Amino acid sequence: MTTSDALPHYVDSNRLEHFVNYEVVGKTALRVQRWRDQWKIARRQPRPNSPLNPPLRCVAHMKEIMSRHYLEGRYASGVRKVAWVTSGAPTEPLQALGYFLVYPENHAALCGVRRKAQSIAEEAEHAGWSRDICSYARTDIGSMISGQTPAGRLPRPDMLVCCTNICQTVLHWYRVLADYFGCPLVLIDTPFLYQEAHDHELAYVRRQIEDMICVAEEIAGKPLDHRRFEEVMTNAKRGAELWLDVLNRSQHRPAPMTAFDGFIHMGPIVDMRGEAVTVAYYERMIAELDERIARGIGAIKDERYRVLWDNLPIWFKIGEFSTWLAERGVNVLASTYTYAWGELAPMIDPDHPLDSMARVYLHPVLNRSAGHKLDAMKRMVDEFEIDGVILHSDRSCKPYSLGQIDQRDRLVKTLGVPALLLEADHNDPRDYSDEQGSTRLEAFVEMMEARA
Amino acid sequence: MSGVAAIGIDAGSTTCKLVAVDRGGAIVSSRLEQTEPRVEVQVQRMLEATRAELGVDGEVPAIATGYGRKLIKDATRNLTEITCHARGVFRDLGRAGTLVDIGGQDSKVIQIGDDGRPVDFMMNDKCAAGTGRFLEYTAARLGVPVEELGGRALSTNQEEAISSTCTVFAESEIISLIARGADPDAILRGLHRSLVGRVVSMVRNVGIVAPLMLSGGVARNEAVRRMIADATAEDVILPRDPQLMGAYGAALLGGTA
Repeated sequence: MTTSDALPHYVDSNRLEHFVNYEVVGKTALRVQRWRDQWKIARRQPRPNSPLNPPLRCVAHMKEIMSRHYLEGRYASGVRKVAWVTSGAPTEPLQALGYFLVYPENHAALCGVRRKAQSIAEEAEHAGWSRDICSYARTDIGSMISGQTPAGRLPRPDMLVCCTNICQTVLHWYRVLADYFGCPLVLIDTPFLYQEAHDHELAYVRRQIEDMICVAEEIAGKPLDHRRFEEVMTNAKRGAELWLDVLNRSQHRPAPMTAFDGFIHMGPIVDMRGEAVTVAYYERMIAELDERIARGIGAIKDERYRVLWDNLPIWFKIGEFSTWLAERGVNVLASTYTYAWGELAPMIDPDHPLDSMARVYLHPVLNRSAGHKLDAMKRMVDEFEIDGVILHSDRSCKPYSLGQIDQRDRLVKTLGVPALLLEADHNDPRDYSDEQGSTRLEAFVEMMEARA
Repeated sequence: MSGVAAIGIDAGSTTCKLVAVDRGGAIVSSRLEQTEPRVEVQVQRMLEATRAELGVDGEVPAIATGYGRKLIKDATRNLTEITCHARGVFRDLGRAGTLVDIGGQDSKVIQIGDDGRPVDFMMNDKCAAGTGRFLEYTAARLGVPVEELGGRALSTNQEEAISSTCTVFAESEIISLIARGADPDAILRGLHRSLVGRVVSMVRNVGIVAPLMLSGGVARNEAVRRMIADATAEDVILPRDPQLMGAYGAALLGGTA
């Protein structure tokens, strides 16, 4: 007998489960867990043998926020409308309409960090999906087919929003999701920018966002509340500005956080941009970073070399790389990837929400030319006083990796900065060779040492 | 012999090399053996033999490089082959330039700066194509010993095209070519061309700063040297003992560290 069979007909079992398991029990348990984490952090003994300084205290809050988000997802079906969206989708109107948002890419990364991605991706491969497809897509499709997920359960989507500003794979991936779940798919096509966006491109994207709002309103059964929309836009702008401030704190010497910390702390800006909780979280984080800066505490104990990371992280190697590099005095303190969620903050204009959304969602680094990324990297080398660059050539992410050979070449030849092309994959451990990878990394560190 | 400044150990995937240098940086002793499965035991034995031969004790610094470098417990320090080959070749040839090191398991292109330090480098990707193993593996299919490979490839003007850069697929191509009655020497020439094509594209990627230099076990193969020279239109120069350059560089770095 299921829970719903045991209930009187006038009780909505979904709402009851959402209320009891999420609102009452779940939120309380996560708050208690956060208190425990904070208590543990406060009592933490110095670790003389670790090359890293203790992690940020606010990590306990981040864990609570992200766990709460995924926990709500378990019980969101039938209570809130659910949209599955790409990481670069224009989600602010959906949030204003009360949608619960699922980011399959973030979910796949979660599987990667927990080292579950390979076995889940293999489920997709066994079902006939090629290994040449992006490992995020394979991980999520494998999770969809098998139900395996470290998040417990993902809610079924009521609609899908796919924006091509990050890659073309999502176009095919989301068609598969639409076919599997039998729900509407809204496609937002963003023309690739070689220069600045033209007016007709902005109008084209704006029109598609308007169409998306119509579909979303129909599914939600209510019109968009413009006051709420403006509030979401204001939060989105503030959140992105704060995130940019967080990242720029690493311009200090020693940098108070690493890019590896950034890969983890970016969770709220990716999954919950537009929400007040994200704004509050980054305000807390900045306060702690400023405290570290004032006391001269770096993320690593002995920062001798400052390194820029290009491309997605290698999720299954984050912890290992972070320690291994810190042992050699290397602080990977900036990345083009984490920057992507902050650098467009100035373009967000809550007074002109649709026009500014069209502009923002046309300009992600992945929708712009290789030359644009090179310029951004050169600027970061200067602003963060970078000694070396690691370009992760990501087998899965072709749009990010295309152009890296030339970018590396220009960085070496015009700036004289050692730069390493490191072949791996963001989620599939089968595409990274430890032995060869570590030799390249060691040689890269030796080159920086030789220049010092 | 108090003149021994340091010992360099290059525990490579195919051969293990050991070089001792004096304070002037000259080689006073060297050993080279095929790599055994227990490389740490093998290196220990080689190290003890060298120490006994030179009459030195464990106080002399020993620097390890090569794929087995982390297994060498007696090493005072370990460094990558990139830094060591650059230093060894720079010392031996006395020039900055572009070094191509083709080893058993990987190949690398290293740009050596005016002070003998690597300025930039590139290594082959996660694939045996473009390495000594490619020649060794595919030549085994033809039953030709490694030492004879280069000479046989140069003995003919005929050349069979090997289209695949994948070692395993190249072997399949060889089987097809043998079945069609192709001349084994022409197949070997094609194999060399394929390897050189891969290496030269890496060289172009890093950029050639003359002269072009060659080290590693494959440098002993004359066909490879000539084909690289043809493909790049550059003279290719070799150190006196290309296979020992990693261990030599390690020893030099141990002596100055």
